[in-house]
Amino acid sequence: MLTRKIELLVGVFVAIAIAAGLMLSLYVANQGISGDQETYQLKAKFDNIGGLKVRSAVKVGGVIVGRVADIRLDDKNFTPVVTLDISTQYRDLPETSSVAILTSGLLGEQYIGLQPGFSFEGIDVLEDGDFIEDTKSALVLEDLIGQFLFSKSKE
Amino acid sequence: MDNLVEINNLTFKRGDRVIYDDISMEIPAGKTTAVMGPSGIGKTTLLRLIGGQLKPDSGDILFAGKSIPTMGRKALYRARRDMSMLFQSGALFTEMTVFDNVAYPLREHTQLDEKLIRTLVLLKLQAVGLRGAEAMMPSELSGGMARRAALARAIALDPKLIMYDEPFAGQDPISMGVLVKLIRELNDALNLTSVVVTHDVDEVMQIADYVYILADKKVIGSGTPDQIRHSDSQLVQQFLKGEADGPVPFHYPAADIRTQLLGGARG
Amino acid sequence: MVNKLISLGRATLDKFAAMGRATYMLFGALIAVPQPIKNTPLFIRQVYVVGVQSLLIVSVSGLFIGMVMALQSYTVLTDYGAEDSLGPMVALSLLRELGPVVTALLFAGRAGSALTAEIGLMKATEQLSSLEMMAIDPLRRVIAPRFWAGFVSMPMLALIFSAVGIIGGKLVGVDWLGVDEGSYWSVMRSSVEFSEDVVNGFIKSLVFALVVTWIAVFNGYDCVPTSEGISAATTRTVVNSSLAVLGLDFILTALMFGL
Repeated sequence: MLTRKIELLVGVFVAIAIAAGLMLSLYVANQGISGDQETYQLKAKFDNIGGLKVRSAVKVGGVIVGRVADIRLDDKNFTPVVTLDISTQYRDLPETSSVAILTSGLLGEQYIGLQPGFSFEGIDVLEDGDFIEDTKSALVLEDLIGQFLFSKSKE
Repeated sequence: MDNLVEINNLTFKRGDRVIYDDISMEIPAGKTTAVMGPSGIGKTTLLRLIGGQLKPDSGDILFAGKSIPTMGRKALYRARRDMSMLFQSGALFTEMTVFDNVAYPLREHTQLDEKLIRTLVLLKLQAVGLRGAEAMMPSELSGGMARRAALARAIALDPKLIMYDEPFAGQDPISMGVLVKLIRELNDALNLTSVVVTHDVDEVMQIADYVYILADKKVIGSGTPDQIRHSDSQLVQQFLKGEADGPVPFHYPAADIRTQLLGGARG
Repeated sequence: MVNKLISLGRATLDKFAAMGRATYMLFGALIAVPQPIKNTPLFIRQVYVVGVQSLLIVSVSGLFIGMVMALQSYTVLTDYGAEDSLGPMVALSLLRELGPVVTALLFAGRAGSALTAEIGLMKATEQLSSLEMMAIDPLRRVIAPRFWAGFVSMPMLALIFSAVGIIGGKLVGVDWLGVDEGSYWSVMRSSVEFSEDVVNGFIKSLVFALVVTWIAVFNGYDCVPTSEGISAATTRTVVNSSLAVLGLDFILTALMFGL
């Protein structure tokens, strides 16, 4: 009833399935940063977050170092506060670092670009829960057009 | 002699149709009892009722003194270990050999090791004359051989009761003779109680100790084969003699033939 | 007109009654003390029948679908100069939708109908009754191993389908149509999320596996035990499974990927 051949083939089947699963997990999908590795949190305040979404990427020089964990409004002054999950691989960011909301490509999705600042004597490092002071908000199309028209009318 | 099975005032309906109307029967232990009747009156249903696969609408069925319809699932399964049923088609498991088929109940219900099981299986097959066919698949067996193999499986656990559902149907004379002999001999040798449901009158009258004839939702005759043969009932006599016409009419009820053939458009 | 309504009502009640019986059967089959020694060989055998023997059709279909996807997407993407997106296009379609859904449909047609026919035939030849009379519960001995085998095999088949499809896409896109191999994999890797796409696709195939196997096994168990009954039951399995899979796919997609 249960021959060796059947057992062998079932084993092969399961092995192939596991191989497929591994291939899909490792070779096809990228390892989501948050969830896989240890992260610590940094916060930043912006005037306008534009099209930034939760789980948008945080990049340093184009390399993904973390994800946007949360976006909410500050209770007191109603400005957006963005919480970032940064991989613990990238600790010791100087407190002079700046963040900006950038767009990948011309019509692409928005992400947070992190620019590490100068680091010398007396400069502290950003710890878990710290705020990044230097922020640049997203470009809003209407403001750009307004600026353009304004400068045009000046000529 | 004690009764192994007692049917008391059983009524069974299928939807609105009454199959059995307040019938009572006694199956004495250690004997062969035949249950006969015209086709389609529900003889297989009776066996299913005894086995607990169906529940009666009213009345009771006692097996070894315990009431079958009121039993819980576990108790019913325990009771079924003492019963065995031989289906009309044999119902062998098609993906195993004859040997594995007969060994199946042994492997399921006992912890015996394989050597002992092998011995038992071969003995059972020897009893039905199929020891040489142990490695064959059910699809390779003839109808008669399949039934004998199923019989070997049915006696594998040495049950107290064995029920045969139309065992002689469609068999050639030799196979029939073999089955008749087996039923009687196994009954006596293993001290079984056999219930044979059939309409093969001549065959079963040779081996039965007691006969019941069912018709019209009721028991219309019961007794030893001799008593039955001398019964007053016209219906019983028609059945025994195989007469085409009598209390069970030849013509299905219909309108008068003259009106139908010569009458108006609708007839 | 009134008669039509009456028959519609009756048909609906019949469907509900059938679902009730199906649930009852499933609980009878699954809520049981597991008997690993007796039942494992049965289970493994069923995984062979249901899983291993579906491997060929699933792999070949996966390969072809991956290849066709690459071919079709390429012609559209070149118009926008976006050939580099071929990788994610193929991978996401397979992982999120085609893998689970097509595997489920193929499985329903091949293994599901076979299960229904086999169980139906066992019912018609009174093998199930024999088991009952031998004090063996056919739900645990016949139905349960087949159910678990289907539930376990189908998601594995879906994984294989997606993987083979992605490889097929690579064969057409990179080796034939000239998309850069590095871009194929790297753009794919940056667009495919493990927890979003791979895991959700796997969850989908688990749900489909449950539904398809349940339908297949129930229709066999519940069928009218004649040859017409078995053929009607087999057809019903394929039709009902397919509809259920497509309907559930919509609901699951809306839940998982909807905004």
